[in-house]
Amino acid sequence: MTVKNNAVAGAVKTSHKEPLFHLVKRTDIATWKKWLIRVVAVVIALLIAGIVCAALTGGKNFVKFYSELFSGSLGTVWRLQVMLQAWAILMCISLAVTPAFKMRFWNIGAEGQTLISALAAVVCIIYFGGKIPEPALIMTMLAFSVVAGAIWAVIPAIFKAFWGTNETLFTLMMNYVATQLVLYAVNIWAKDGSGTLGVLSHGSFDKLFGMEYIQNVVFVTLLTVIVFVYLKFFKHGYELEVVGESVNTAKYIGINVKKVIIRTMVFSGVMCGLAGFLLVGGSPSPTVNANLVGGRGFTAILVSWLSKFSPIAMIFVTLLVVFLERGATQAANTMRLGDSGAFVDIVVGLFFLLIIACEFFLNYKIKFRKKEGK
Amino acid sequence: MEKTVALELKNITKTFGEVVANKNVNLELYRGEILSLLGENGSGKTTLMNMICGIYFPDEGEIFVGGEEVVIRSPKDAFALKIGMIHQHFKLVDIFTAADNIILGEHMPPYSVKEEGEKVIAASNGVKPVKPGEKILWGLKLGLKLSALPFIKLGKKLKFDYLAKSRISRIADISSKYGFDIDLKKKIYDMSVSEKQTVEIIKVLYRGAEILILDEPTAVLTPQEIDKLFAILRRMRDDGKSIIIITHKLNEVMAISDRVAVLRKGEHIATVNTSETDEKALTEMMVGKKIELNIERAEPENVKDRLVVKNLTVLNRDGMKALDDVSFTARSGEILGIAGIAGSGQRELLEAIAGLQKTAGGDILYFDPNKGEAEVDLMQKSPVEIRDLGVRLSFVPEDRLGMGLVGNMDLVDNMMLRSYTKGRFVFVDRKNPKELAEHIVHDLEVVTPGVRTPVRKLSGGNVQKVLVGREIAAAPTVLMAAYPVRGLDINSSYTIYHLLNQQKEKGVAVIYVGEDLDVLIDLCDRILVLCAGKVSGIVEGRGAKKEDIGLLMTKLSAKETDGETKEATL
Repeated sequence: MTVKNNAVAGAVKTSHKEPLFHLVKRTDIATWKKWLIRVVAVVIALLIAGIVCAALTGGKNFVKFYSELFSGSLGTVWRLQVMLQAWAILMCISLAVTPAFKMRFWNIGAEGQTLISALAAVVCIIYFGGKIPEPALIMTMLAFSVVAGAIWAVIPAIFKAFWGTNETLFTLMMNYVATQLVLYAVNIWAKDGSGTLGVLSHGSFDKLFGMEYIQNVVFVTLLTVIVFVYLKFFKHGYELEVVGESVNTAKYIGINVKKVIIRTMVFSGVMCGLAGFLLVGGSPSPTVNANLVGGRGFTAILVSWLSKFSPIAMIFVTLLVVFLERGATQAANTMRLGDSGAFVDIVVGLFFLLIIACEFFLNYKIKFRKKEGK
Repeated sequence: MEKTVALELKNITKTFGEVVANKNVNLELYRGEILSLLGENGSGKTTLMNMICGIYFPDEGEIFVGGEEVVIRSPKDAFALKIGMIHQHFKLVDIFTAADNIILGEHMPPYSVKEEGEKVIAASNGVKPVKPGEKILWGLKLGLKLSALPFIKLGKKLKFDYLAKSRISRIADISSKYGFDIDLKKKIYDMSVSEKQTVEIIKVLYRGAEILILDEPTAVLTPQEIDKLFAILRRMRDDGKSIIIITHKLNEVMAISDRVAVLRKGEHIATVNTSETDEKALTEMMVGKKIELNIERAEPENVKDRLVVKNLTVLNRDGMKALDDVSFTARSGEILGIAGIAGSGQRELLEAIAGLQKTAGGDILYFDPNKGEAEVDLMQKSPVEIRDLGVRLSFVPEDRLGMGLVGNMDLVDNMMLRSYTKGRFVFVDRKNPKELAEHIVHDLEVVTPGVRTPVRKLSGGNVQKVLVGREIAAAPTVLMAAYPVRGLDINSSYTIYHLLNQQKEKGVAVIYVGEDLDVLIDLCDRILVLCAGKVSGIVEGRGAKKEDIGLLMTKLSAKETDGETKEATL
């Protein structure tokens, strides 16, 4: 009898209170719903950005923020060119990290790999600039960059493949090494003691084929096609996908996992090398400083993930990111929000935050408690 | 005896997205009975029980405990209602002892200084003296009593936290009352599966559970251990506990339960008294149609030695022997069964043969029928080397979606796992794998929206058909299958048995690792029994006795650990 009494006591404690809501995992979601949720997330991000902007400028400028956003990125031909140039670099690094991520190799060292490649290109300019013909210089720069990127990427890969080190920490640390190397080199080269390297007079291939500012766009578009084909139709692409999905399966069908890890990271590093080369040579004012890559190595990781490792989706995600970056930069300039880039970081950060958070609603449905009287 | 309802479910419905796991299920459980919950995999048994235990919350319907409607929102609520569940995967802390695991998470009975103080004051007020002199003394006494209360609380807390003795004696009482055979001071990592299960059951009883739910408790036990468990369950029933046991093994249902509730595709089909039904009727209710439960076993023809394993020894990661001096022969046209308690070296054996496991000694020899039975040494060869030697070895691993297939890839890409190297130049060829996928979908009646669907979206049975189909398509001479029917419904299981038999009749040497002894005895020509990495016996499949195999499965451990843990094997 005591048993029953206790049971009743328990029932009283929890009596008739259904939880207010509970989460139900979705198995499937209609495509239009998926896109609606994402668009709503972007709209909310922009709304919050507008409110932040208004708050920073004393309650005005809410509408002006949006007009600046568009005019800053698309307003003039020149601005459009700058945006596309920025697109090319971010896209190139995003493509570079994608094969590694598809293999579940958490390479967060694209920043350092790109920076060290840029440094390699500048080394060529400093030591060979003016001494050999310009086309030969450009080709040497390319070779140096690509090799430097590959080396920087393959070191953590070798350690991972043979000794199972943690690639996340390893690649992160390699970033700092690259940054310090650049600071060191610039200090040697900057003879005026300012610690900054001015614009170099050699090594720029801007205006190549008569294209001003957008020759990088052409190269990166070509690279996009190559990466797409590599991942989708090459045996290599298939192998790295299997390794990423399950190392056990890879071993079971006889894939040499070590080889695939190293090979893929070399490929990844080569593409970072190309990005570093384009950053220096593809600019009308070639130079290097520790901030040259400017966090794009990390932004690229988010871009790659958001695109679900699809090079085609990446084109659009990257476009959206650089659109926000350029637009927010313009807004910050005209509204005197400081030139530290902090406001740009706020806007782009809000975008990423909301777009990642909305994944939750793609995976779960919220069911509210039904009305009383069931 | 009059029956009182311990637990009642009314119109319980639970959906996961599009999938309806339970639909309008009604169920009654009486005090002092054992109810079997019978159903195929995916019929919603575990989901239903998880709702009683507060892990899931029902979308619709009501739950009554002891006649009162209750809302169970968390396992804590379930515990307050004296409901305890023993899950299929044990939830124990490995480095703790049995006793520690049992008392883990228990709270001290509440002791409020304020309330106790009020009681003391009330008691003192009753004997309040009138004389002023005595009044002072009385006041002092009261003050002393009140100021002692925090210390009493501290004492109780210390006793509870650091002097667990009283509780261990309580555990021992429960243990002896129901006849559990357990050493409470033993660490979990030293325990066998059966012992771990015992700890889980005692834990639930210690918490005062009146309703016990056991999720497939026999899946990991030997026949002898099952008998022991059933004896304990019967004793608990006679003590007035209500027990629900989830299972899909019919003979066990008949042996242990008073009543059987059958679920099919999330719906409650019927609840019947065990004494008034038989296995055939239950199967029909469970599957929904008549089904033939016989495995046709042909006599082996044209038998030749195909794979000879000699004195094979494999070390595991800790340097312990996972396989110790294993020798046997697999012959063409024959199914060789491998029996043993889970983790007795079955996985290491198959992986060593497939070239996925480093070996420490011995020999693996293959006799190639396409090269006039020429001898090929497979020792220390990688899967690629084995393939390049022309050895047609197919392997259906235990871990289907973690090793045999890639869950996120579609059927075509999964076919490609075996053939992607054949593509032209650097490009993969998706045309032939696509044809193969379509072929398998058609021939084995795989239920899938298309060959471009990721395999993880397929049901367990269909996943297995895809895997077995691919491995058979390679026209093997040796086919190894590890637990190929685990988690499959009856129909799919029989499809797999049929496929294995077909391969045997084609002259393939089939090695089948199984856990259901009845099936092993019905299907295999010979059965090799592994015990702690050693071969404890090879018996003929025809006429083999379940009890004998069960003994062989535990035999070696009895010999080896002589004296130390004698009672554990009794």
